[in-house]
Amino acid sequence: MPEATAATDGTTAYFDGYGLVALLAVLGVLFVAVAFGAGRLLRPVVPTPEKLLTYECGVDPVGEGWAHTQVRYYVYAFLYVIFAVDSVFLFPWATVFAAPGFGAATLVEMFVFLGFLAVGLLYAWKKGVLEWT
Amino acid sequence: MSSSDTLDVVLRLLALFAVFLVFPLLVGQAEHKVMAHMQGRLGPMYAGGFHGWAQLVADGVKFAQKEDIVPADADRRIFQLAPAVALLPYLLVLVAIPIGPGRAVGWYIDAGVFFVLAVMGVGVLGSLMGGWASANKFSLLGALRTAAQLMAYELPMLLAAASVAMAAGTVSLPGILGAFHWWWVPWQAVGGLVFFTAGLAELQRPPFDMPVADSEIIFGAYTEYTGLRFAMFLLSEYAGIVVLCALTSALFLGGWHGPFGADGLGWVWMLLKTAVLAFVVIWLRVTYPRLREDQLQKLAWTVLIPLALAQIALTGVVKVAIS
Repeated sequence: MPEATAATDGTTAYFDGYGLVALLAVLGVLFVAVAFGAGRLLRPVVPTPEKLLTYECGVDPVGEGWAHTQVRYYVYAFLYVIFAVDSVFLFPWATVFAAPGFGAATLVEMFVFLGFLAVGLLYAWKKGVLEWT
Repeated sequence: MSSSDTLDVVLRLLALFAVFLVFPLLVGQAEHKVMAHMQGRLGPMYAGGFHGWAQLVADGVKFAQKEDIVPADADRRIFQLAPAVALLPYLLVLVAIPIGPGRAVGWYIDAGVFFVLAVMGVGVLGSLMGGWASANKFSLLGALRTAAQLMAYELPMLLAAASVAMAAGTVSLPGILGAFHWWWVPWQAVGGLVFFTAGLAELQRPPFDMPVADSEIIFGAYTEYTGLRFAMFLLSEYAGIVVLCALTSALFLGGWHGPFGADGLGWVWMLLKTAVLAFVVIWLRVTYPRLREDQLQKLAWTVLIPLALAQIALTGVVKVAIS
């Protein structure tokens, strides 16, 4: 039948693979739902205003919980985004770079790529961005 | 799909689920006992009779009957969903990890390494959701530290994994293990070290447990959690240890390859390597003091990332030289 022959080509196999992942995800969601549902039946529910108070070492909470904080690492965040986007391109390249017909040229390209990353990192380092102040 | 295929799929799902529920408990119990003996204590001795083997079962029963408290100020729905978001990614990751040659893998996934890293990254969102939705200052600080840690350590992990993918010329985990030779272990050793360290940091295990530092910020993002939901966060930590150790074994230590018996007993090697790494994770917790947040960032950006880049260069040169 047509499905059986189609299974040998890449596309169908691709979706077959993630089909099991989807089934497992459904199983996981069911597990959580059953656990939460059973928990609801098993546990006592005796709320008091004190219990529902935000925890702050036993004293009444001061101000709001969503406090203003200084996010010190926003520069790291920029660095991370830049580097991570670059690094994602490594994976498709990694699978073919040593295949016949590539060899030395792709290796030089790799050093150019790593050079860019290293210079970027050195620049950030020199600028003092990597210090947590 | 024939009925034997259906049976195959059902058995695989059940096996994965059993591993997901049992292995983290084994690691947890091992941690109780190993930590205790390293510190000159006995650890749990009563639950279940024999050396307290049922301690975690008893803990589970306790968690299940505790009152579930959502603080009045919290963002209720997000607060309640967060433990599930933290836990489920580790279940999904198990699909891609091979424990033996051939079909002894949850399922063959082409983009294995890529899939695994992407899905593992989702788990951290659970801590962020919980930390923000709690509307608690300690939780917020914990969540922000979690975020900082994720950004610092995701990158070296990605680069180290890319190095193995380069060595094997494929990103599927069974493919990587199929191409494995014993000399990959010294060749990829630096990458393996970087991967394992970064993984520990992502799981917020000591010495990288700044986000849950109990002496400073109570329990970080999990401060407001009780009962079943708290238990799920704990379970996700131990499931994370299982996943990290299994991945490190598969990528850097040859998984089911061993000096002998790779045909029938491959899975024993895989389990053995995973167990030894899990022991190391516990050992590190007992041994090292906690890193400060700035030291942690510095380690990632000035040590691990340069090392990972160097490993990639080494892998590239050796691979082109031998092909």
